[in-house]
Amino acid sequence: MCTTCGCSTHKARIFGVPDTSHRRTETRLNYRPIPSQPVQEPEAITLPATHAPDMNAKRILRIERDILTLNDAQARQNRDIFSKQRILVLNLLSSPGSGKTTLLVKTIEMLRNELSIAVIEGDQQTDRDAARIRATGVPVIQINTGKGCHLDAHMVNRAIEQLPLQDGGLLFIENVGNLVCPASFDLGETHKVVLLSVTEGEDKPLKYPDMFHVADLLLLNKCDLLPYVDFNTNQAAQYAHRIHPGLPVISLSATLGDGMATWLHWIETSLQAAAVESVPDTSNTVLQLG
Amino acid sequence: MHEMSLAENVLQMIEEAALTQDFSRVHTVWLEIGQLACVETQSLRFYFDVVAQDSIARNAKLEIIDKPGQGWCNVCRRPTRISSRHDACEKCGNYGLQIMDGDSMRITELEVE
Repeated sequence: MCTTCGCSTHKARIFGVPDTSHRRTETRLNYRPIPSQPVQEPEAITLPATHAPDMNAKRILRIERDILTLNDAQARQNRDIFSKQRILVLNLLSSPGSGKTTLLVKTIEMLRNELSIAVIEGDQQTDRDAARIRATGVPVIQINTGKGCHLDAHMVNRAIEQLPLQDGGLLFIENVGNLVCPASFDLGETHKVVLLSVTEGEDKPLKYPDMFHVADLLLLNKCDLLPYVDFNTNQAAQYAHRIHPGLPVISLSATLGDGMATWLHWIETSLQAAAVESVPDTSNTVLQLG
Repeated sequence: MHEMSLAENVLQMIEEAALTQDFSRVHTVWLEIGQLACVETQSLRFYFDVVAQDSIARNAKLEIIDKPGQGWCNVCRRPTRISSRHDACEKCGNYGLQIMDGDSMRITELEVE
């Protein structure tokens, strides 16, 4: 429907099965035309307080809710599920082609003997990434967003219903390759990890500030290509810190393995923190408006 | 690019409010969109009209109130006006400001019948 980026709705599929359970109320209200108003006789005198039971008066309702209230409430429920099971959930975000799936495959190969790992793959089309993950032997769910440009909390909730999650394990969510839209949608993850590859240009944090603002870790990937491209890692980190002071930065090459030890150490530290902080989320999840 | 999802979320909240607040038509929707909220308001207007077709909010007027961005400078210890997340302090040029306001997107009021 969207001619700008192709965003559309009701097209999300989980392993090819349409997911129609979220967005919009089940009891969709249909437009009801207003009944034609009674014609007033010219000579009739209408008092200000005349009772007119057939006419609905216009009124102002105060709502005062965040537009993403429903997504955020679902994200809190997801977070509660993960927290109870002491699962570390990492939401991987980047432009298309910066190496999310390669990083995942390499990370899984290095950790699969020590940890229970599962993966949710988000792409507009195909299950090619899920096939790459499946080849490593860990459980994976592919969500195809159709023409949608991001994953949302409801999609992730539907995916984890079908995914065997083990207590104390690690769940990776590979979001749709996009440096804009996924930044706004909380999935209930423990951390957002943004990847920037050195072939993309060091000014990406300035161009797409929201993504770098919400991230908890910045991975500079494809660092084996640094001799061949005009990319200054210090400058990239400096730009990122303008948006997000103190954002940790790790330079690595998923293909050749440089820097992977630092990344694994960060995961290990986060796993320990997730185990300690596993307390139920008691924040208000009431959805009622008004 | 995600404005269509946002428009759908707005409509869903309106429809849920209709169930509890007993109204059958929406005339005006007031939204408050922060300058830093990563929302293209023209696009949001377009998609709201699209998703609201065949709903109780058909032909509803969308009133969008822009909320200016405000950051806090830790060097000057004062608030400063910003229009993007990578703006520097107006006074001292320091980066890495703490966002105080202007990053929210809210539905504030409805005119209903």
